Amino acid sequence: MSQKKKTREPEEAKRLGVFVCHCGKNIAATVDVENIAKEATNLHGVVHAAESHYLCSEPGQKALQDDIKYHRLDGIICACCSPTLHEETFRKAAADVGINKYEVEIANIREKCSWVHSDKEKATVKAMKIIETKVEKALLNEALTPISVDVNRNAMVVGAGITGIQAALDLANSGYHVYLVEQSPTIGGHMAQLTSTFPTLDCSQCILSPKMSEIAHHDNVELITNAKLTSVTGFVGNFKAQITKKPKFVIEELCNLCDDCVEVCPVIVPNEFEGGLGPRKAIYLPFPQAVPSAYILDIENCLGIHPLVCSKCRDACEQKAINYDMKEEIVELNVGAIVIATGYDLYDISKISEYDFGPEVDVIDGLQFERLLNSAGPTGGAVLRPSDHKKPETVVFVQCVGSRDPEHHMAYCSKICCTYTGKHALLLKDQEPETEVYVFYIDIRAAGRGYEEFIDRAQEMGVIYIRGKPSKIFREGDKTIIWAANTLTGERLEVEADLVVLAPAMIPSFDTKILSGVTKCNLDEYGFFKEAHVKLKPVESLVQGLFVAGTALSPKDIPECVAQGSAAASKAMALLSKPQLYHDPIVAIVNEKACSGCKVCQSLCPYGAISFDSVKNISVVKEILCQGCGTCASACPSLALTLKNQTDKQIENMIRIALKTEAK
Amino acid sequence: MKKIKLAVAAGSFCGGCDMSIINLNEMLIPIEEVIELVFWQVAADFKFEDVEALQDKEIDICLYHGPIRTSEHAEIAHLFRKKSKVMIAYGSCSCFGGIPQLANPYDAQTILDSVYTNGYNIDESGPNQNYMRPKSEYKKGRAMTLPKLLDSCLPLTSEVDVNYFVPGCPPVPTQWEMLVDIITNFIKKGELPPKGTVVAGETALCEECGREKPEEIVINRFRRPFEIDPDPEKCLLSQGIICMGPATRAGCGGQCTLGANMPCRGCFGPAPGVKDPGLKMLSAIASIGGAKIEAELGPEGLKKLMETIPDPFGTFYRFFTPEYIIKTKKKVAEEESSKK
Repeated sequence: MSQKKKTREPEEAKRLGVFVCHCGKNIAATVDVENIAKEATNLHGVVHAAESHYLCSEPGQKALQDDIKYHRLDGIICACCSPTLHEETFRKAAADVGINKYEVEIANIREKCSWVHSDKEKATVKAMKIIETKVEKALLNEALTPISVDVNRNAMVVGAGITGIQAALDLANSGYHVYLVEQSPTIGGHMAQLTSTFPTLDCSQCILSPKMSEIAHHDNVELITNAKLTSVTGFVGNFKAQITKKPKFVIEELCNLCDDCVEVCPVIVPNEFEGGLGPRKAIYLPFPQAVPSAYILDIENCLGIHPLVCSKCRDACEQKAINYDMKEEIVELNVGAIVIATGYDLYDISKISEYDFGPEVDVIDGLQFERLLNSAGPTGGAVLRPSDHKKPETVVFVQCVGSRDPEHHMAYCSKICCTYTGKHALLLKDQEPETEVYVFYIDIRAAGRGYEEFIDRAQEMGVIYIRGKPSKIFREGDKTIIWAANTLTGERLEVEADLVVLAPAMIPSFDTKILSGVTKCNLDEYGFFKEAHVKLKPVESLVQGLFVAGTALSPKDIPECVAQGSAAASKAMALLSKPQLYHDPIVAIVNEKACSGCKVCQSLCPYGAISFDSVKNISVVKEILCQGCGTCASACPSLALTLKNQTDKQIENMIRIALKTEAK
Repeated sequence: MKKIKLAVAAGSFCGGCDMSIINLNEMLIPIEEVIELVFWQVAADFKFEDVEALQDKEIDICLYHGPIRTSEHAEIAHLFRKKSKVMIAYGSCSCFGGIPQLANPYDAQTILDSVYTNGYNIDESGPNQNYMRPKSEYKKGRAMTLPKLLDSCLPLTSEVDVNYFVPGCPPVPTQWEMLVDIITNFIKKGELPPKGTVVAGETALCEECGREKPEEIVINRFRRPFEIDPDPEKCLLSQGIICMGPATRAGCGGQCTLGANMPCRGCFGPAPGVKDPGLKMLSAIASIGGAKIEAELGPEGLKKLMETIPDPFGTFYRFFTPEYIIKTKKKVAEEESSKK
């Protein structure tokens, strides 16, 4: 490793310092830190090298700052742990004594060297090489200034289930203007359908509707329902969102909720809010507490808005609130932050061919059963078989329908089904104690305050839990037969049920994929949105300024959704409260002279930062959008794109050092 | 006006560069007025002895075309360098090796083997039934020598110092306009452009090629020009045809892309500043190939897509092999011969 100090050329007269950290024994056990610090002084451009037991400690940083001042350093190389941990620490320490923070380089000799090797001699050689490459890079680093940009102080929340409502309220109550965008005609989401919530059994609608009503009357909330987010452009702090509003055909301001239109409407269709178990008209109010409280005309089922075919509702409306000529509307919103809370759907049971499914065979899903239990539901809260409206004597609940089945369906656990099935069984037993209730389960997973006790309560009430997953569910006469095996006793079972309630897997809501394309937020292998870091950034996405919360990320219960809604709101507020945003200046730049306008880079930028100037016939990088990934720079065939402080010259020099054979 | 002495010398040439001079037509008249031709074997029966008899630096400008393929080409290059004030590498071959450098993955031995012994038409019944091959020395009776085939086919710079470069296979009249400017400036004022100047455009070819480019250029299927009838208005890359335009120096005015509806093959060499245009273009193609359907294709699908690129070396390195590849090849060859 010994080499003679090269003479420095005058134009490269940069004074560099190398600081090698022992990290206790973390680095020093496998790398000869002392020797490295000595050797480093021989490197081209290095005027000072020192070692420290803990460079990140206050005394370590102090010594670093003193050395920078004493040796009048222009740039430093910290040989320590990963830059994700302490790059910012050392940048700040150096900036405090007058070094531009982009003149600070981290040579990662812990994660990439000492931790993964055991041979001290070889590890030391490697550590030295890592430092040398960083010295080469530092020699050509330029001092950069962060890019600043103003922040638009409005926020947008997409999806108005409990998560979105909570996020919107938190933001609005903190004084930020919020656009709440919901694709269905009313806010409330799935929670509005539920009867009561586990484990306390308080009425779902009773705890949700105050929040819905607060949204409806909040000065800072602008509610946009029956609408979809169709495009997002711009960047953190300055997004431009395009919302497509579908027509409702009812003028909200004029409607006085008299119900005259509903009475005259001749069309009756299954009500999706009731899970198809109850009817509604083609013009309807989704449910009594709906917000906004206004009727909507379902154009798919309406006999035709052509007045010659049927115009009964319009004729009946004294307020003249019905307008058949409403058109789709496109709204442009400027917002600084976006919260995505688009929730979940249930797994499509028709994909499970061994299970018969549908109200006609008395096999329903959990949400439909919620409506049967709900006093505002189609049966007024009495549990009746959908096929003949008789009281069921035997009811079977099946858990893990489509979840925890990596071979055929979804591999993950839907998390809430064990507890809500317990709730269903308990409420049913409470209503009709004579009913025979069976629950088929694989494992009971009821983690959460009071959840395990809640399941115990159901068992105490006489609900029979059988460990096993039904192999077949089919109709025979007026009974539904379940074939299963009790995996604890090994017996084969055949149960004749009057009603079967399935607990299907929770899956991402149907347009998550489209929304992922619109927002450029990544999805995981199951199609849920993906957080930036599963532990440390649970509601942030990889797109800066875009937050994701609730069941759009993964299956969750209501308390978790509310917590995430609040978390996303507070993250958004932290961003919106800043007067200016600063963006890392490590961005791509276009050499206008070299760019021939071949457009190869245009389609490659994952952040939409490259646009085309057709007058000059060159590509243009919008610095504020650029995340410095370098994709464009590596693709540019004519070297017109370079990444600041990651130039080809720097990379070449680093490779040269890395590939240099040791003269021994 | 004072006349300058001009020589046109050649290495392993095909004659295209000579034709490009003749092809200047009327432009030759003003050129003729200012030059005195001292060597150009295509134009008249000049002898090397005549050149050797000249004083050093007596020739003002020498245009050298063709690469250094044999020992003789190197000798010629050295002779003309010695006798000339300004040495110009004329044509892609002398600038970067050109088409003959496509043989660079192979050494002299392999090339001779494949031509004289292993060729597809070489057997006992064929024209070379005795598997004869040329030798550089022949000593039966009168001793005779032939130039030796070198292991690599290299540009003029590998042998001598070069002042200017005129790329093109062959160069085009617009470059001659620039050359004439240089020559007249030299005669009138004695001024010359800085050494290393490339007499061609200053960006990549796309700048000159007026083909319409879509918003995004993505290739989901690679096509060879004969497979489709390319839309003459639209960018060829966007039609799946590998066009070297983005990595190639401008200056030809889009002869192939605009004039012949054919992709650029890269004869003008690397765009300014680029050291390895083949690698840069390969990197660009790898980036835009299947870019929007990456998730759908997966790593295997992407690999398959990339494998449909015909003859990658010939496509990306048709005119220019960077020095390091040749060096690596030399090193491997040396190691192998030392093992033997």
